Amino acid sequence: MLRSDTGKLSLILLMTPFLLWIVLLILLPQLGITFVSLREKIGPRQYEFGFGNYIAFIQEPIYWNTLLRTAWMSILVTVMSLFVGFPIAFYIAKIAKRRSRVGLFLLCLIPLWVSDLVRAFGWIVLLRETGLISGALQYVGLINGPVEMLYNDVTVVIGLVYTVVLFMIVPLVSTLDGMDNAMLEAGYNLGGNRLTVFRRIIVPYAMPGIVSGCIIVFMLTAGSYLTPILLGGKNSMWFTEMIYDQFITRYNWEAGAAFGVLLLGFTSLVIWLGLKLTGQNLASTVARD
Amino acid sequence: MFDLECENIIKRFGAFTAVDGVSLEIPSGSFFSILGPSGCGKTTLMRMIAGFETPNRGDIRLKGKSVVNTPPNKRNVKMVFQHLALFPMMNVGENIAYGLRCRGENKTEITAKVAAMLDRISMPGVQEKQISQLSGGQKQRIAIARCMVLNPDVLLLDEPLGALDLKLREHMKIELKQLQGRFDTTFLYITHDQSEALVMSDNVAVMNAGRFEQIGAPETLYHAPKTAFVAGFVGDSNRWNGIAMMADGDHARVVVADGLEMVVPIGGARPEVGGQVEVFVRPEAMQILAQDADISTAGMNTIEGTVDSLLFNGAASRVLVRTATGLLIEIVHRMDAGQVRVKPGDAVKVGWTHGAGLCFGEGG
Repeated sequence: MLRSDTGKLSLILLMTPFLLWIVLLILLPQLGITFVSLREKIGPRQYEFGFGNYIAFIQEPIYWNTLLRTAWMSILVTVMSLFVGFPIAFYIAKIAKRRSRVGLFLLCLIPLWVSDLVRAFGWIVLLRETGLISGALQYVGLINGPVEMLYNDVTVVIGLVYTVVLFMIVPLVSTLDGMDNAMLEAGYNLGGNRLTVFRRIIVPYAMPGIVSGCIIVFMLTAGSYLTPILLGGKNSMWFTEMIYDQFITRYNWEAGAAFGVLLLGFTSLVIWLGLKLTGQNLASTVARD
Repeated sequence: MFDLECENIIKRFGAFTAVDGVSLEIPSGSFFSILGPSGCGKTTLMRMIAGFETPNRGDIRLKGKSVVNTPPNKRNVKMVFQHLALFPMMNVGENIAYGLRCRGENKTEITAKVAAMLDRISMPGVQEKQISQLSGGQKQRIAIARCMVLNPDVLLLDEPLGALDLKLREHMKIELKQLQGRFDTTFLYITHDQSEALVMSDNVAVMNAGRFEQIGAPETLYHAPKTAFVAGFVGDSNRWNGIAMMADGDHARVVVADGLEMVVPIGGARPEVGGQVEVFVRPEAMQILAQDADISTAGMNTIEGTVDSLLFNGAASRVLVRTATGLLIEIVHRMDAGQVRVKPGDAVKVGWTHGAGLCFGEGG
């Protein structure tokens, strides 16, 4: 009796902060946003319920084009992060010696000590017309005049990959770390070459890490604001920028809220599609049976 | 014709020599074990045969052909890993089919071979099961089946029974031996457990510090060990340090630490008179003699002591006898009719013939 009471108490104590967090900071604001997005302004301080904000979104191609573009570029960033992150994670988890592993992991974390803003400005210092790279290329004579490397899509994608790749590496390292080296050796011993071992053993084993890494990276990218604005300038056409514009510049909270709901809905849809296409489910990213 | 030959293999890791000049020949279809304590180099030797390590010197031949320069995935040696290394993301059928698919065999043939293999290991119809649904013994069999379906020249087994509980281990020993007979394939088994090696093998190599101490049939190793290490490692023994007082022919008179004198056969080289020797006497070679019995001590070593404790274990029951000077002796003693009845505290006499036991000189 006493035991079950203490059990209950500890459960309540543990759950309370979590519930407060999820209800107050996630559910309520999201519900609020949804509520605001369903209001139509018909006069000063006069609102009525309706889908006008969503209809406006569909009727204006620049809006949904921007959303599609954001999703498309986020997918590109996710794929590139996977291609960059996987070899790094594999090296850290399987090839590096135990002692250097911690150091390498720390090296991955160090960029996080610097704020997003400062890191983005670092790229600007490197890539602008009068920046280091442009200067160096002129100095060695590869180009004649200064070159502007900022404010294009390539730069935005590179900057985003740089910002989020760590969130791909961490889950990959932890799944690959759990893989017994004997499993790779068994793969070779039974006649597999590098490609078969990679395709049929390493990738399926790392799948939970790949899926969770991709979800995190995709969500972070689609919702990022600073990097696309600073590296892409006004041409970046990132959807978060539109939300910001509606809320702050145009003071049109209703449209901004609708955009916010659309961004969440659309990114969730992309992830659902991704899981369906690769035959994975969310549960498998958390636990392997 | 030998399925596997190793010739003077040397493997160094930095300044440490893990395998130091090892040679072996395994005839076709036999069960060969390498027995040694952990760190003796047996796993390194096996990894060299599988191709995961390259020897610094020496040659490895499979069916007469050198494979030293063949990558591991091209050698027809398959391996059962210590923790089996079954692929958890594939089901049982896919695990067994993996090697066949790597070879590029066609689908219908693979399906048939997998089914036939599961029949042979008496687990028909489990293709769709997940690895996590199998018991320890079943996983073991699947790991072996996954290799055997590829018809290897030699199957390597790296202490695969280590992770099982005692009861299952005893059972698997017999099953492995039977599987080997059924497949008629050469098995090379690596273990630190002498009972596994003795029970299953046709031949055993005892390995210590990177070298083979002795290669022979289990009976030979047990009854005629060539070195002190083999005598101590294979089977149970009472083991004493002593000094050789006299050595003539093939027997030596030895005085053990506290003045007990005994005559024992000499194993290995003849010890120097006055030199240190190690004496080994098997518990089953000794018997407890009734105190009052009229014993002719001719041809026998005897020690007097008191019974310290009885260790009941069915047919393998033992008695611990403590001598006046505190030496503990282990003796096989069935605690039933026909034998002298003893209880702790009894004064007893322990005897064994001059022909039993062995002594080895320093470094012998």
